[in-house]
Amino acid sequence: MFATRPARANILVPVKRAIDYAVKIRIAKDGKGVDTNVKYSMNPFDEIAMEEAVRMKEKDKDHKITAITVGPAKAIDTLRTALAMGADNAIHVQVGDNDIVEPLAVAQIIKKIAERDGNDLIIAGKQAIDDDTGATGGMLAGLLNWPQAQFASKLEVSKDGAVKVIREIDGGLETLETKLPLVVTTDLRLNEPRYPSLPNIMKAKKKKSEAIKPADLGVDITPRLETISVENPPERQGGGKVESVQELVAKLKEAGVI
Amino acid sequence: MLARNVLRTARASRFSTAPGRFASSLVFLEQKGGKLNDQALTAVTAAKAVGGDIAGIVIGSSADVAKAVEEAKGIEGLSKIYSSASDAYANNVAENVAPLLAKVIPDKLISHLFGAHTAAAKNIFPRLAGLLEVSQISDITAVKGEDTFQRPIYAGNAILTLKSSDKDKYKIITVRGTAFDKAKKEGGSAAVEEVAATDASSPTKFVSEEIVVSSRPDLASAAKVVSGGRALKSQENFEKVLDPLADALGAAVGASRAAVDAGYADNSLQVGQTGKVVAPELYIAIGISGAIQHLAGMKDSKLIVAINKDADAPIFQVADVGLVADLFDAVPELVKELGGK
Repeated sequence: MFATRPARANILVPVKRAIDYAVKIRIAKDGKGVDTNVKYSMNPFDEIAMEEAVRMKEKDKDHKITAITVGPAKAIDTLRTALAMGADNAIHVQVGDNDIVEPLAVAQIIKKIAERDGNDLIIAGKQAIDDDTGATGGMLAGLLNWPQAQFASKLEVSKDGAVKVIREIDGGLETLETKLPLVVTTDLRLNEPRYPSLPNIMKAKKKKSEAIKPADLGVDITPRLETISVENPPERQGGGKVESVQELVAKLKEAGVI
Repeated sequence: MLARNVLRTARASRFSTAPGRFASSLVFLEQKGGKLNDQALTAVTAAKAVGGDIAGIVIGSSADVAKAVEEAKGIEGLSKIYSSASDAYANNVAENVAPLLAKVIPDKLISHLFGAHTAAAKNIFPRLAGLLEVSQISDITAVKGEDTFQRPIYAGNAILTLKSSDKDKYKIITVRGTAFDKAKKEGGSAAVEEVAATDASSPTKFVSEEIVVSSRPDLASAAKVVSGGRALKSQENFEKVLDPLADALGAAVGASRAAVDAGYADNSLQVGQTGKVVAPELYIAIGISGAIQHLAGMKDSKLIVAINKDADAPIFQVADVGLVADLFDAVPELVKELGGK
């Protein structure tokens, strides 16, 4: 059956609008979240996912790439970035500005879309740098009962749908062989994402974006986890500087670590 | 719900947890080549903090499971060890292991699954959560109650306290190893119960692995860590400068993302939000500026030492002892002072 699989992969790339990685976050006054009046950008692992999909398409024009985001109105900016990087079209699953959509709900939404649109390859980031949960991709693979290739640092998809992937594991690397349909999650070293060029940003404005609500897909996004509080971590005080290596050694001895 | 109520009635009198509450935890005892991953012992400690009955589960190929079960039986605080063996379980292939856990958890009336936040659990647990359609609670640093946990978010720059609702019938939890002590491997005498292997028809096949062999202590659990950054300038320097210091201290070697990306160090050595989280007695950051993503992986170290040429580097804001100096002069001098080569 795999010999007859068309060369074309119908790729879905979930992207998340997250607080920019370089922003030093502040705890919100109500102690239930962080100050959101800051710069946002596409989650870095999702940029890598987008880049990988685009590189696949550059090798074989028959592939189709859809970017999808679950987020508030402003998340459209993240989709525009994805389109400017090379996605063919985009899906915006719209939620309210204050809605928290947990990984399970996101995975349930993406599952419905993948089934609706006949996607056979989902490339997601390994974790979002805001909630740091790292669960959406794996949950999605479980929900769809597809194989998974998590923390990928090298991905090769053959024309017949066979996949070879190198994964980052504790202590080194692991090589797996699997098949489409597949969920891949990206690790940092999979590739270096491109910056969208100005002409591509202009072209992206003409690309199609579909807007849909979770309820249209029959997905309940009510959180299952209640936020009790968000606090600052215990603060570390720098202990000051020493002038010489001898002084440094004396401090280490004083602390009893040597 | 029904199953849990039955369980509560049947066993409530045996446990002295808070009245009306009951937890039955399962700890994923990760093994490799028949040897338990010590990090799993921290997941046992987290399970103990929840209270109630605690069992462990060992999964792998027959030969590995037989060995690892012998080791697991002795872990203090476990009442039972479930074991399941199949060639399909070798190398922790998630597509095969997750369905087994998805069967065991309801069958054995488990309310909480704990595992150390390792690469294997980070791969298996979300798939399992998908199969059971429940949330995952990742990388917890504290247990505040049977359903209330703390975990770091935003690269450790905020601590979230969350409460899981009844909508999540099973709590799927990974544990930050550096935040919990290890349970003792002696003193326990758990009964062993074999669980039939589940069907493993996934197309995913393990091909090979490439593990970085080192004579040094394991990075995640080392008492001392020496880490290098971009300022080392080359792989050759990285080894030439850091290895003698690591040897003199008996320390593990770590690296910043910049050093890994530049090819100076293997990526299994990366410390930070996307690499390993360490909390040793002593962390020496050499030529590392201290980006928030790096600090996320080491700021719970007991004593942080920074050696950096740039007096304004952010690393000095968290370092207990800072030395503004050229690392190529200071580190060899430090090695000499420590009596190394």
